[in-house]
Amino acid sequence: MSRAKEKPEGAPRYAMTIDLDKCTGCGACMVACAVENNVPPAQSGANDRNGTTLMRVYAMSNKQVYPHAKQVFVPMTCQQCEDPPCETVCPQNAVEYDWTTGIVAQIPVRCLGCRYCMVACPYHARAFNWWDPTWPEGMEATLNPDISTRSRGTAEKCNFCHHRRQLARERAVHEDREMCEDEYQPACVEACPVGAITFGNLEDPNSAVSKGFAKPEAFAFVEKLGTKPKIRYLSSQKWVHDMARSGVPGKEATNG
Amino acid sequence: MDKTAISRGLQRAPLGQFLLWLGPWIALLVFGVYCAYLCLRYGLHLTNMDNRFAFGAWIFLDLTVIALGAGAFFTGFLLYILKRKELRAVINSAVTIGFICYSGAVVILMVDVGQPLRAWFTFWHPNVHSMLTEVTFCITCYLGVLAFEYIPILLKNRKLRQIPSFLVFEFNMHKVMYVLAGAGTFLSFFHQGSLGGLYGVLNGRPFVYRESFGIWPTTFFLFIVSAAAAGPSFILLTTWITSKVTKKRLVTQEVYESLGKISGYILIGYVLFKTIDTLVWISMTAPGMGVHPDSFFASKPGYTALHLLEVTIFGFLPMAIYMTKRLRSQIKWLVTAAVLTCLGIVVNRYILTIQTLALPTLPFDELLSYMPSWQETGAFLMVIAYGMIVYSLSFRYANLFPLERELQRN
Repeated sequence: MSRAKEKPEGAPRYAMTIDLDKCTGCGACMVACAVENNVPPAQSGANDRNGTTLMRVYAMSNKQVYPHAKQVFVPMTCQQCEDPPCETVCPQNAVEYDWTTGIVAQIPVRCLGCRYCMVACPYHARAFNWWDPTWPEGMEATLNPDISTRSRGTAEKCNFCHHRRQLARERAVHEDREMCEDEYQPACVEACPVGAITFGNLEDPNSAVSKGFAKPEAFAFVEKLGTKPKIRYLSSQKWVHDMARSGVPGKEATNG
Repeated sequence: MDKTAISRGLQRAPLGQFLLWLGPWIALLVFGVYCAYLCLRYGLHLTNMDNRFAFGAWIFLDLTVIALGAGAFFTGFLLYILKRKELRAVINSAVTIGFICYSGAVVILMVDVGQPLRAWFTFWHPNVHSMLTEVTFCITCYLGVLAFEYIPILLKNRKLRQIPSFLVFEFNMHKVMYVLAGAGTFLSFFHQGSLGGLYGVLNGRPFVYRESFGIWPTTFFLFIVSAAAAGPSFILLTTWITSKVTKKRLVTQEVYESLGKISGYILIGYVLFKTIDTLVWISMTAPGMGVHPDSFFASKPGYTALHLLEVTIFGFLPMAIYMTKRLRSQIKWLVTAAVLTCLGIVVNRYILTIQTLALPTLPFDELLSYMPSWQETGAFLMVIAYGMIVYSLSFRYANLFPLERELQRN
């Protein structure tokens, strides 16, 4: 059965656009994401490949030398695919596509920690908890009470700050009214100082995100893989579009 | 005590010499168990796996030993279903090796997963679309079948045969051996295939994604065929090594040749299927996903060489040796072909598990390299040491090669 047939009538489908022409690579989105989602501070021995990062800003260059060198920053997070490759591979249904929101949910308490989903994801959007989550003394007080911490040995990823939607809905119910779509915004969207990230309901043709998707500058990374991501990047630069179409090997990075 | 536990008519090394042989393996096992304990107690950050290299040496080990252990199901299939009676000479050894490989793989998997206590979740609420679910179910069931096949071999021990109920149990087990062989073949075909399917379904990884036949990608079928080819070769190799180490004739030349010929025939199919599969992938599958196959190897030409070696030196060459009667009649050529075939499996599983994760999928990605940590290596070696110890004990106290006694007399 296709996604469209299973989708409840009138249900939103949340999506995001990220304007690479605006992004300065400041990393505020990464920090906001970590704070909002109770991501523990990096442990001693952690590096850029085994730390927990649900959103990561990469630098992408056109691999030319001065004066032709160009670079953009690419905030990369879960692309909330319509056909998520991580969902079908999980042996115990710890990844679920939520029909009522279009969000690909990760359920840490079901996760076996086999990491097959991480292998399946072409966007490297998933992180594994290689360490027990610990916070320096006193810092526990800063934890967000609306989201649980995850135990060691489980995979995790961005879920568009889904708990914020729950809170917005609860607030609307309490005030006896319908929830407005703009009441629900992920932490990274709020934190971006240049307004490069736009979030909203793709089912609403008048939403900013729908208009962003329709722009000629919009593209998705490695689109031909057929995962149908719900994050579109915007750029007016042709080389960015050209590079986004497929992966090109870069220099070698070592571990250990 | 020790002498009375050894089957009548079989000559075995003195106990002291045997313990001296076991000593280093036991030391390695203890070290490996300590490494596994560290990973379980303190977390997988002690390994050199990471968010990008989410599968490492252990998954490579799993896929390799399970393919090499395929000799158990395939020899059982040939003996009990296709009635290749000459293989009775190696079936006990094949079952023991199968049991070692599968139990070793399950043990290392339990260290590899982040939450081993949740392993039962897969049985309780399985995702029927996941290849890993199929692998989990089939490997668990098949390990059970292998245990049932291995128990009668142990119960044939001279001491254990003195217990009447064991004797009756062993006799009854033999009556159902055909059913077990059939069940084992069915389960084994599926999980060997599912292990290949595990990678072939990854549409996010154009390097391994393959076209499908029905619901299965071609890697599903390639894994079955490659495991069926490698299984008899590994039995041939281990039998020859055991024979050399113990300085005993264990099977006749006819058995070696038969194993070689079976491997050779299956290798013909494998080399053919693998070549077609690679050509389809190069010309259709990868370009269809927006990737030119050349780009995979642009910054690491050695990767291409490994692909070619797999099909030529480790595929076509052993096939040619096995299928040439003059070469097949010489044990040195048979052993050479067996070594090459087993190395072919190692290379194939390495390409799938390690190269797949090393290669970039995004334009700003880097080509990654990965070197396992000492804790990972230790746990890896634990499985090897465990296998050596169980096989050595089985060889000493059970009758792994039924022809040995007769050949010794001659």
